[in-house]
Amino acid sequence: MAFISSGYNPDKPMENRITDIGPRKYDEFYPAVIAKNKGKWLYHEILEPGVLVHVSETGDEVYTVRVGGCRLMSVTHIREICEIADKHCDGHIRFTTRNNIEFMVDSKDKLQPLKDDLSSRKFPGGSLKFPIGGTGAGITNIIHTQGWIHCHTPATDASGTVKATMDVLFSDFQDMRLPAHLRVSMACCLNMCGAVHCSDIAILGYHRKPPMLDHEYLDKMCEIPLAIAACPTAAVKPAKIELADGTKVNSVSVNKERCMFCGNCYTMCPSMPLADDVGDGIVLMVGGKVSNRISNPKFSKVVVAFIPNEQPRWPTMTATIKRIVEAYAKDANKYERLGEWAERIGWERFFEKCELEFTHHLIDDFRDPAYYTWRQTSNFKF
Amino acid sequence: MAKHETPLIDQLSSGPWPSFVDDLKQEAESRAKNDKNVDFQIPQDCVDDLLGVLELSYKHGRTHWKHGGIVGVFGYGGGVIGRYCDQPEMFPGVAHFHTMRVSQPAGKFYTTKYLKDLCDLWEFRGSGITNMHGSTGDIIFIGTTTPQLEEIFYELTHTFNQDLGGSGSNLRTPSDCLGQARCEYACYDTQAICHELTNEYQDELHRPAFPYKFKFKFDGCPNCCVASIARSDMSFIGTWRDDIRIDQEAVQAYVGGEFPSNAGAHAGRDWGPFDIEKEVINLCPTGCMKYEDKKLMINTKECTRCMHCINVMPRALRPGNDKGCSILVGAKAPILDGAQMGSLLIPFIKVEEPYDEIKEVIESIWDWWMEEGKNRERLGELIKRQGFQRLLEETGIKAVPQHVQEPRTNPYIFWKEDEVPGGWERDVNEFRKYHLR
Repeated sequence: MAFISSGYNPDKPMENRITDIGPRKYDEFYPAVIAKNKGKWLYHEILEPGVLVHVSETGDEVYTVRVGGCRLMSVTHIREICEIADKHCDGHIRFTTRNNIEFMVDSKDKLQPLKDDLSSRKFPGGSLKFPIGGTGAGITNIIHTQGWIHCHTPATDASGTVKATMDVLFSDFQDMRLPAHLRVSMACCLNMCGAVHCSDIAILGYHRKPPMLDHEYLDKMCEIPLAIAACPTAAVKPAKIELADGTKVNSVSVNKERCMFCGNCYTMCPSMPLADDVGDGIVLMVGGKVSNRISNPKFSKVVVAFIPNEQPRWPTMTATIKRIVEAYAKDANKYERLGEWAERIGWERFFEKCELEFTHHLIDDFRDPAYYTWRQTSNFKF
Repeated sequence: MAKHETPLIDQLSSGPWPSFVDDLKQEAESRAKNDKNVDFQIPQDCVDDLLGVLELSYKHGRTHWKHGGIVGVFGYGGGVIGRYCDQPEMFPGVAHFHTMRVSQPAGKFYTTKYLKDLCDLWEFRGSGITNMHGSTGDIIFIGTTTPQLEEIFYELTHTFNQDLGGSGSNLRTPSDCLGQARCEYACYDTQAICHELTNEYQDELHRPAFPYKFKFKFDGCPNCCVASIARSDMSFIGTWRDDIRIDQEAVQAYVGGEFPSNAGAHAGRDWGPFDIEKEVINLCPTGCMKYEDKKLMINTKECTRCMHCINVMPRALRPGNDKGCSILVGAKAPILDGAQMGSLLIPFIKVEEPYDEIKEVIESIWDWWMEEGKNRERLGELIKRQGFQRLLEETGIKAVPQHVQEPRTNPYIFWKEDEVPGGWERDVNEFRKYHLR
């Protein structure tokens, strides 16, 4: 492993430095049929799960095959995607905002060979490399985060929970039998990178124990005022601590009764770790959406306060998600998103139909707005 | 032969969904074999060690990455997320394992030539593991060592004409829906403005100068395929002001069952024959539609452009011709004060190059937030703290009913002194002449 220079000269770091050039321009990468028909599209149709056609006012057509992507992927896998695109799509490809992969061809006769090729490719363990689907009223890819692969603040894993969930929901990736599309998202801590706060069903990593305090190092590692200001419930305050050897140090104290384990102090201060094997687990939220279709965008609501981490396959979590999906599929009206359904039938009925236990954890108690989530009416169902 | 035993994560090989474990393993194997004689610049077995550390996390139920990490390239204050393993002796291949954010083209269209060249670079100087893509939009290179950062950056800029993305308290990498490239709903060219503003504000993106992070996202219509309303401090959502274009013949084709409702999105189940009253007219949130004598009518003035009817009958209904976008501001995740979605600031603005009017709005918001925002306070939280009225003042926008879902219920109303006749300076003795103690 001999070091090979790129041409960068560490002795003159600012020499020949190119900066502020931004991304490559989007239209360098357009397939010909896209470049020609941009802004001229008339309509589209979903021909079958995972396959779309767009028709232009010029009469041109573009066929799109959408396939599931793991998001976390190797260069070997990307090269295989490229090999397929070279073979079928004149070397063009795109990725969606939910990390699926789209292969486009400009005529119908190119569709079947592409689909056959994609469907034939499997990993050694038997999983499909390029499952076709993710369109219409079904379940598409899960927006997710880093988890134990790369982040320092997670309360669960992202790639694993997502794989386990997509395996359980897989038939709905390749079908369009639901009342409306159902978006599942995942975040490994409540920083909620991604879309957890606005998804039909959301998987959220959560802690249940206050941070540990590394007093000996805290003042050396952290800006104490930032750790204090990081707390939404003001559970952190400055403290003078006497170490075992008699040294007095500046540190913080945590009022454990006030701490709700968000982990934001750890984000700001490395001496306040809180991860725990049995304390950490999953919160499930439901009923969020971002589109403005019929009803306004909605936040997702917490409906399961805790499911333990059961790696590698999180069976309790996936079974609970499956139960919610099936109750919704059975009961909701055509075009009705999960949140619209829950609001129409009432949350008391939602819990009943989904066979979820309602516990005190689900009642909002965060500041003034909590009041508006209680029920100021005698209208309820028994 | 794999370097580490991984019995727990091996269980994620089975099942139909593509297995990231099998993919990581094929990369570990490819590096071990090295058929192309790549002179790897970081440990050849780094992916084996990534699998090993992940297995250990599955065993312990906790992450094995140390807190934080501050690395980067000269000239920039962000773009690289430093990361170090907390068991470097057990897993030396990932002792350093930094992430690089690479600025993606708007709409995420690629040629294979570009991607393959990028793969060659990343295999040579990094782990060969990526995220395609990060939630904000970047191409993510996962895992390299500190000495490689400048080398990779040099290659990216010199060979690829390609910059890093954003991280830290700055403008993050903007992203968009695919817009007019392949969608008939797009009300403006999301990619053009996304690209233009990304370039216009390169300095704000690469050198953190803000109280906290700030994101732009561009949605071509209110379906919000890039979720701008939930996931960007400034959300640009395409819309129109005139009549929805109706093709009555095509409406008949839907009624007659010739065209599938919602472009066939519900084909997996028998929902019965299409019923325009039930599925469109009665679901319209404002009740502004009528279907009489085989004719569909829309009272444009009462339409809120939610997209439902257009989504159900894409071949019969199209957005109007007078197009632009709405601007909503303040979306954020829960930390610290609670989650927010974007709140409507500008109901309608034209989206036309060189976007001067839009840039003025952006810059007036930045001027205010950069001065008044507290340390690590998102724009949404500043608006809550200082009030929506203050945002209107700073952007020079007149208050209109469209700014609220409903008027306030409490009467704790502030007035400015100059709005009240006589001002606020009063003499209590004058008052006492008429009102005895």
